[in-house]
Amino acid sequence: MAKDFKFRTCPETGLKVHSQADALIKANAVVAVVFLAIGGLFGLLVALTRWPAVHMLDAELFYLALTAHGADVLVFWIIFFEVAVLYFASAILLNARIVLPKIAWLGFILMLVGALMANVAVLQGESSVMFTSYVPMKAAPHFYLGLILFAVGALLAVGIFFGTILTAKKEKTYEGSLPLVTFGALTAAIIAVYTILSGAIILVPTFLWSLDLIPHIDSLTYKLIWWGFGHSSQQINVATHVSIWYATAALLLGAKPLSEKVSRGAFLLYILFLQLASAHHLLVEPGVSSSWKIFNTSYALYLAVLGSLIHGLSVPGAIEAAQRKRGFNKGVFEWLRKAPWGNPAFSSMFLSLVLFGFLGGISGVTMGNEQINLIIHNTIYVPGHFHATVVAGTTLAFMGITYLVVPLIFQREIVMKGLARWQPYLFGLGAAGISLFMMGAGTIGIARRHWDITFSDAPLTVDVPGTAFMMMGLNGVFAIMATIGGAIYVVVVVASILFGAKRDEAACKANPVVTAGGGEAVASYGAEEEHPNLSGTIVLVTLLFVTFVLYYYVNWKFLSEVWPLS
Amino acid sequence: MTDNSGSTNENGDEDIPFMQRLLDNPLLLLVIGVASPMLLYTIWGVVEVALIPLAN
Repeated sequence: MAKDFKFRTCPETGLKVHSQADALIKANAVVAVVFLAIGGLFGLLVALTRWPAVHMLDAELFYLALTAHGADVLVFWIIFFEVAVLYFASAILLNARIVLPKIAWLGFILMLVGALMANVAVLQGESSVMFTSYVPMKAAPHFYLGLILFAVGALLAVGIFFGTILTAKKEKTYEGSLPLVTFGALTAAIIAVYTILSGAIILVPTFLWSLDLIPHIDSLTYKLIWWGFGHSSQQINVATHVSIWYATAALLLGAKPLSEKVSRGAFLLYILFLQLASAHHLLVEPGVSSSWKIFNTSYALYLAVLGSLIHGLSVPGAIEAAQRKRGFNKGVFEWLRKAPWGNPAFSSMFLSLVLFGFLGGISGVTMGNEQINLIIHNTIYVPGHFHATVVAGTTLAFMGITYLVVPLIFQREIVMKGLARWQPYLFGLGAAGISLFMMGAGTIGIARRHWDITFSDAPLTVDVPGTAFMMMGLNGVFAIMATIGGAIYVVVVVASILFGAKRDEAACKANPVVTAGGGEAVASYGAEEEHPNLSGTIVLVTLLFVTFVLYYYVNWKFLSEVWPLS
Repeated sequence: MTDNSGSTNENGDEDIPFMQRLLDNPLLLLVIGVASPMLLYTIWGVVEVALIPLAN
């Protein structure tokens, strides 16, 4: 390895940290948190407007806030943070240098300029086209240009990730196969390439159309290709937050996967099939066949669901195995009771795992069925589902790993530890409430995007059940709770970076955040050698299956009542 | 999944199982990971949209 690359050795994990990787991770993570703060505030405004008793914003501002909320949290927060994860999982976990750091910085600048440009376009009020920006609604040209610049920057970052893992192999900075967490990040990077290509295929002509250089964009073609970008971007999240679950379990408890091969096989199922879920959004379009819809959302997608079920067994199983090795062997659940619930990194990870599985996973598979989808298509059930996956699942997992990134990468102590301890519970409960009540309101027919759930200016009266008002009110209450949880996260992270005590070697030894052997567990290939009794995990997984089956068939019952056949 | 312990070839080296060779090849995974949805979702879908008859 060339001599001019600057490395430090992490005193806790023993991993070599390339200075450029270190700086890039910090920059991407900080900008991500800023966009989370901005997008989260817009989200609160949206929820307070959808709360019928409050109905805060007028229609014009509502659609502006909804567009900004979607772009800032569904794209910018998530992808900036994912780039930080890609650099961590490649350069740091492989003890390698990051390749072409100047290109990586160029990518960062393009992403930042693009995100700012899109935000400016939205705030100017001429681009309230919502996250989906369906044509023929037309935004200002710099809205599309901002998204394109952001995507080009992200593609550069993904290229740097691939270059880094290939160079690490060539320079023999690691032996054998990629560690599982890096393999999960590779999965996310592959999905990102398809996602960005889809975005480019449709957003470049749409940008030209906004400049009147192209006369017409077919709305169905737009919708089809756009969802290859819009939904797949959320599949990058799934692969990334599953990797973070494995990483957190390894760092905090020394947990290794039950079977590295099976977990890698589950990621392979993601690589092959997860992006196909994009077809959910076109299930009522008459222009595409049932064969296309059913293949993409059922037969093929269920193989990706199998991947998630494997991770859903493997992650808690790895935690149970690690805890039982530490002596927490009494009964079925001592390992879980004695888990570090006061550590926000762990509680965020485990809440993310449970909420993603029970709320996001079950609802996603159920609504992906072409027939059941008819009950809830384009209702507020859909945002309910994706708040369970992206907020309770991905965002909570990202928040959790931040409590490790700050001491290990920024080398600062977490400040306000009492607040930090409660933050994941507050945010997790808030996100769970948002998801549940939006799904509940959607099941009884509340529309997805509309500013006024009562349709008060419609020529025909719409009979909205009182339950829907209650559910949208509860959605607002839980949104406030999630916002407070999110605000605490931002304050704790920013204050820790700015004012946290510097963690030198002595501080790391006195107050370690990583368990002994955690660095080796996260950065090496290999599975748990001993397989102790995993009865607790079996009980949890059985509970998930039973819930899944009941919910699935209850929805068939709903469908039979909505659309009687006799 | 294929077993990790492959058979031994005539040189006495251990053969690496197909699945492990696939999973250890990031560029091949990239190609199939992009080609699979591009074919099954994007191209198949766009062809169906393109074949919708125009209204007279």
